[in-house]
Amino acid sequence: MKIKELIFDPIFRNNPIALQMLGICSALAVTVQVENVLVMCVGVIFVLIFSNLFVSLIRNIVPGSIRIIVQMTIIASMVIIAEQLMKAYVYETYKSMAVYVGLIITNCIIMGRTEGFAMKSGPWASILDGLGNGLGYSFILIVVGVFRELFGSGTLMGYPLFELVRDGGWYQSNGLMILPPSAFFLIGFIIWVIRCFDSSQLEEN
Amino acid sequence: MLEHYLSMFVQGIFIENLALTYFLGMCTFVAVSKKVDTSLGLGVAVIVVMTVTVPVNNLLYNYFLKEGALAWAGYPEVDLSFLGLISYIAVIAALVQILEMALDRYFPKLYNTLGIFLPLITVNCAIFGGSLFMVEREYTFTESVVYGFSSGVGWALAIAALAGVRERLNYSDIPHGLRGLGTTFMVCGLMAIVFMCFGGIQL
Repeated sequence: MKIKELIFDPIFRNNPIALQMLGICSALAVTVQVENVLVMCVGVIFVLIFSNLFVSLIRNIVPGSIRIIVQMTIIASMVIIAEQLMKAYVYETYKSMAVYVGLIITNCIIMGRTEGFAMKSGPWASILDGLGNGLGYSFILIVVGVFRELFGSGTLMGYPLFELVRDGGWYQSNGLMILPPSAFFLIGFIIWVIRCFDSSQLEEN
Repeated sequence: MLEHYLSMFVQGIFIENLALTYFLGMCTFVAVSKKVDTSLGLGVAVIVVMTVTVPVNNLLYNYFLKEGALAWAGYPEVDLSFLGLISYIAVIAALVQILEMALDRYFPKLYNTLGIFLPLITVNCAIFGGSLFMVEREYTFTESVVYGFSSGVGWALAIAALAGVRERLNYSDIPHGLRGLGTTFMVCGLMAIVFMCFGGIQL
């Protein structure tokens, strides 16, 4: 496959969240603030690229019956590295995300890609696939995060954009956007928009 | 004492429902809820895996990983808690692999319907999250059995309910772009709001 397809396909045409249904949990949990979203995305892209690479390198010597455990060990080690790096450099954000950093391990995008792609492809293609899927995931998360932070608390990356009524401004904040269920509605709408442009993703009843 | 376990049981199912209050295990939740039968099968698998893994991880944490847990082996000052993530997931992965072999051998029909989602139970965050919550809340062994079972039941109940709603939605006239995944997300959102109402209940 071509490099361009590997990287750009997962963003619109084969998005991990909007079409493959992978990695939804964290999309709901960390999207209240854009800053958390960015840290989470960098973490996921890092883990995705390197676990894809390592799984692809050893794919021919792993017996099929223990492949899940082998993949999990690689992924878990990558997540521990990412976790330690986050603790060292972005401690405040790390604290506010709590269990969800550890939960990158069980983010099904990663397992889904190692099992579905890296087990059958060469190392270079696997790196690109990891990058592409990481970007597709980040795309949805950033859109949801921007909407939720802007309309829920009137800020973006912590800077106030809309003056809230409670501080004497004009914007009445939308409480629903702060609650996790709002992410469901937003993702639902994003899927709708994507499918308006790409009719091959439409589902029949 | 029994009352304590009973209220934990109810809490695990309704008030702290893993799927609809903590949003764990969402990927399988959305993907396998097309038919009530399949989702019930998966729900049962999750109940089994959770009831076993949470207590096993509880033992692992209390006797190997916790600070001072190795005192029985003569190393009272060793703290292995940084190995937590990797050992919990190893336990879960091993159990899922065993379950996969057993299903393949004895229930091939269920095995085929579950498809790729059986290995993905390993990365079902509900199961992993259950173990992490158990550690965070410092449950005793018996409590962890009750917790694992009840949160598994809660998850199974949620996915069965969602599957029921989706089967009904097949007969409704939805804008084309929203059919399938889009409406599922919206329905999940509404169900999550409903489950938020349980939040205020004190047991």
